[in-house]
Amino acid sequence: MIRIIETAFDPGAELAAFETRVGDAGAIVSFVGKVRGGAGGASVNSLHLEHFPGVTEKSVQSIETKARARWALGDVLIIHRFGELAVGEPIVMVCTAAAHRRDAFEAADFLMDFLKTEAMFWKKECRSDGESWIEPRDGDYTDAARWSVDARGDG
Amino acid sequence: MRLLFFGKLGDAAGGRERQWPVNSSGLTINDLVAAISKADPALGVSLEDETVRCIVNEEMASRSVKVFDGDEIAFLPPVSGG
Repeated sequence: MIRIIETAFDPGAELAAFETRVGDAGAIVSFVGKVRGGAGGASVNSLHLEHFPGVTEKSVQSIETKARARWALGDVLIIHRFGELAVGEPIVMVCTAAAHRRDAFEAADFLMDFLKTEAMFWKKECRSDGESWIEPRDGDYTDAARWSVDARGDG
Repeated sequence: MRLLFFGKLGDAAGGRERQWPVNSSGLTINDLVAAISKADPALGVSLEDETVRCIVNEEMASRSVKVFDGDEIAFLPPVSGG
């Protein structure tokens, strides 16, 4: 299930509902990303997240499809906010369910790496010293590149 | 045609959306960017950046693709989700 939403969500309640929904899956992994308070010294007051209605949903769906082609997954939940977010608020949540933990762990890690580098969102930080659009870090691309076939040591 | 600008490109364009006149024979996105550059050099420089991707009518498109009146062309800077 994919939800691209403007309103705040409660990760605890979402995880509880996910656990109920997946039934007898042996493994569940969840990740929650939140708005960080500080970046490069200046304090962050809030975050503005822009999306492209329709196209953003498709981009997230294609990331889930890639994960499903790679690991044996049961239910998957991806929640991503857009609009105005305050420091400390959850931006993103990923939950994966699988028969075994390795599939659930790796798929959640993969989904987050590609939500960072391929999902259609643009982030603007509003700091005490001004506003600026956030560009992906080199590390974000390196993280995503770990999953390319060439980079897999064990095939 | 309708042009959409996301992220920092919206700031460069002075808004998220702009209408752009085009004649009935259409033009490539490369030609469109050149025409925008002529009218608005600062925005043109931002659009010429090779990290900027284009989406025509909700599908990813190369800059050699021809676009026509009635099309929606979106310019996307590198994404930063998560």
